[in-house]
Amino acid sequence: MADYLPHTSEEIATMLAFLGLDDLDDLFSSVPAALRLAGGLDLAPGEPEPDVFAHVAELARANAARELVCFAGAGAYDHEVPPVVRALAGRSEFVTAYTPYQPEVAQGVLQAVFEYQTMVARLAGLPVANASLYDGAGALVEAVNLGVGATGRQRVWVSAGIHPHWRRCLATFSEGSGHDLRMVPLEEGRTVWPDDTAAGDVPGVVVVGYPNYLGCIEDVAAARRVADAHGALLVVAADPVAAGLLRSAGEWGADVVVGEGQVFGTSLSFGGPYLGLFCCTLEQVRRLPGRLVGETVDVEGRRAYVTTLRAREQDIRREKATSNVCTNQTLMAVTAAVQLGWLGTSGLAEVALRCARGTRYLRESLGGLDGVVPLTGDVPVVRELALRTAVPARTVVERVATEGFLAGVALADLAGEEGDGSIGPDDAVHGLLVSVTERRTRAEIDGYVAALDKAVRS
Amino acid sequence: MSGAAAGGMARSAPLMGRDTEPTIFELSEPGRRCWQLRTTGVPAWSAEELVPAEHRRTRPVPLAEVSERDLVGHMTRLSHRQFSVDLGAYPLGSCTMKYNPKVCDEVASLPGLADVHPAAPASMTQGWLALLVELEEALCAVTGMAGATFQPAAGAAGELTGLLVMRAYHGANGEERRRVVIPDSAHGTNPASVSLGGYEVTTVPSDDRGCVDMAALRAVLDRDVAGIMLTNPNTLGLFEEGIEEIAGCVHDVGGLLYYDGANLNAILGVVRPGDMGFDIVHLNLHKTFATPHGGGGPGAGPVAVSSQLVDFLPGPRPVRRADGQGYEWLWPARSIGRVHSWHGNALVLARALAYIRVHGADGLLRVAERAVLNANWLRTRLSGTFDVPFDRPCMHEVVLAAATLRRKYGVRALDVAKRLLEEGFHAPTVYFPLVVDEALMIEPTETESLQTLEALAGAFERIAAEASREGGAAAAHAAPRTTPVGRLDEARAARHLVATFDARPSSA
Repeated sequence: MADYLPHTSEEIATMLAFLGLDDLDDLFSSVPAALRLAGGLDLAPGEPEPDVFAHVAELARANAARELVCFAGAGAYDHEVPPVVRALAGRSEFVTAYTPYQPEVAQGVLQAVFEYQTMVARLAGLPVANASLYDGAGALVEAVNLGVGATGRQRVWVSAGIHPHWRRCLATFSEGSGHDLRMVPLEEGRTVWPDDTAAGDVPGVVVVGYPNYLGCIEDVAAARRVADAHGALLVVAADPVAAGLLRSAGEWGADVVVGEGQVFGTSLSFGGPYLGLFCCTLEQVRRLPGRLVGETVDVEGRRAYVTTLRAREQDIRREKATSNVCTNQTLMAVTAAVQLGWLGTSGLAEVALRCARGTRYLRESLGGLDGVVPLTGDVPVVRELALRTAVPARTVVERVATEGFLAGVALADLAGEEGDGSIGPDDAVHGLLVSVTERRTRAEIDGYVAALDKAVRS
Repeated sequence: MSGAAAGGMARSAPLMGRDTEPTIFELSEPGRRCWQLRTTGVPAWSAEELVPAEHRRTRPVPLAEVSERDLVGHMTRLSHRQFSVDLGAYPLGSCTMKYNPKVCDEVASLPGLADVHPAAPASMTQGWLALLVELEEALCAVTGMAGATFQPAAGAAGELTGLLVMRAYHGANGEERRRVVIPDSAHGTNPASVSLGGYEVTTVPSDDRGCVDMAALRAVLDRDVAGIMLTNPNTLGLFEEGIEEIAGCVHDVGGLLYYDGANLNAILGVVRPGDMGFDIVHLNLHKTFATPHGGGGPGAGPVAVSSQLVDFLPGPRPVRRADGQGYEWLWPARSIGRVHSWHGNALVLARALAYIRVHGADGLLRVAERAVLNANWLRTRLSGTFDVPFDRPCMHEVVLAAATLRRKYGVRALDVAKRLLEEGFHAPTVYFPLVVDEALMIEPTETESLQTLEALAGAFERIAAEASREGGAAAAHAAPRTTPVGRLDEARAARHLVATFDARPSSA
């Protein structure tokens, strides 16, 4: 029987004798006999590695989606991940370490995270980024917690342009935290903030997407004015790739910027592990959730890195902590640092530009089609476009798949068949969210448009 | 000092010397680049043509500009300043730093898993749904539960998810309970999660045997208690022998039992949380099921529950179709909602499934047996060297203490930890659990050999012996001296926060 346990029978006998025990079962004498599992676990016996690999490979082959050219986005994007990033991020020193509790032997991870924090902060236009959170939705939940803590007001205005899954997560966790969420609807793809507020409706936090989940570039300055009018913190959920082309959220006055960092070196991965990006102003740094790496010196004065402001964290503050995060997504943060190192100043700008070009090319190519129109009018977009299709979008996705393309994401799968404040019921059924990354060629886009045309005709 | 020795010993100092590695920003040369992107043939519109001026960035985001060779050199040198399980034993208590089989990584990099979009319809992702359902059934077999969610991305996320399930369950029964009971030995995530779950923490003390003080527990239990969170074996590495009684009295007041799966490794195939009376269980797949810890994540914290709670789990859940034709997503009837952007840390889940299949029922039991054997061997061997706060057989980890060393020689648990780094091992967890003064929490795991344990024990003994000698304390305080950097000025890091390269004083 193969496994990864080094003990020989002789060694086990020696060790048991050292403990004064007769057999391995005696190790569990403190477990009440009545509770002991009789007959062992209800699982098959162990299998050799090659058999296990073959089994999982067979499951992998059953995922037809993998063969399709990807026009789906909605928070998970098909970007280029070069061999050098996979090779470096896959080094076992990064992969098989844990949280740097002993910084003297964890300078590799600590410095990589310090570099990651620097890059992410520059992207957001804010001075501080943490060492990562679980995913975009998780980062948004933490941002709202920070904002409520800072203002002392649990009323939160959330633009309906925030990804529906993220809003759903906010709602879930608000059951525990007691936050009072008000969804602010979109019109023509952009948030329309209320002019007046009733008593009890004064927000402590205002949340807007940039661009929002339908791809539209929001007026963040307007959101900032709304926040200022009520003394609220402004949380911006920003697309970090679009940031290569857009003014930073920090420049628009965001107090907290969150985002999904999967776009930097992590494969689509069926949704995880991904990377929650989190940045804030210096004013809020003591409420920052998760780990933070800071620079210091060692006893000999050499530059070194360590997790810092630890007094915020759950293992020290326990029930008074601002967040319960312990294990985060460090390996994805290291991966993002490598990917951003690979892209560099010119590469990030180029990727964003190419996404925007592809999206423009798709939009223009759709111009002559009868059954497909943009859902959000002429609102400017960067790399994502919501369409309205003549037949239900879920049907379109199934049909276009037979032509070799993943057509996008049916809005009904995100916002529900009844729609929500971002779109109405009819657009929910007929809405299709399409994304074009720098990996999509003109030939692929042409082929996709032809497939779409065919799908909406019948 | 470094490298493996005869008998298969896992011990090593980091490979590199003491040269500081510049940041990537200092390696940057304007104009250098390594990116290469596909030739697409898409018209080359300019940024000005694509984005309205008021939204357009005027200067590119400043990042490093390096060659691919620079990037590889930089990251490789950084990796040489990093200790890892693959390099040597990592007896970090409560973290279960066992060896991670490479087949699991290979499985997770299959393009048919890694390159699948999470919003692709179920009809095109049947393999993934089948994998998740198979893993759910395996985790239910291990825990004695009825159903699970995979959305929580880590243990703490699992805790909060479980507490929200608890809240929804009581709410469905028309009850608004306000308190959750936690032992004083609990992980810090437990009380933090309880607060975020909208509950107040009621702490119960440990008794002189290191278990929950039953009299104190009974005194705090009433119908205002939503539940209790327990780790079993607890953070002292001891099995809560009174678990049946605890379960009985918590259930008697209508409360639920929450199992923190951080220490599940000790009891695989021996006893199931469900049989102990637990209603909600989170598992740390990165601990028990050997998915790599990634320098601090990603992990995965699935939550498994008893049949009465399945309807409250986050949605959507992967299930077998009623017509037997494959799999589909289903929202549980009274779901608490989503707790993740998508379906959880899917590639971590694939690794865990591979690990479970390789081991099977027989192998998982061996995992628990060897983990407990190794921990008890170390406990017995080191019981004359350090204080043993609770002198009884332990489970997968042992909590020793340096209280006597500190009192007699001024050598603290922290000093012992730093000296161990010099010996080529990772340090144990120190100063936790909080109920033990100068705690050294040692979890060798099942994948370390007897030779490694002997070397590790030898190192501990040498450290303790040195402490008693002339100048020994000074040497301990000066440790570590053979690592990439020496002890850090942590106070300075907090006082003069430099969390990005841009915050560095220009003179530094």
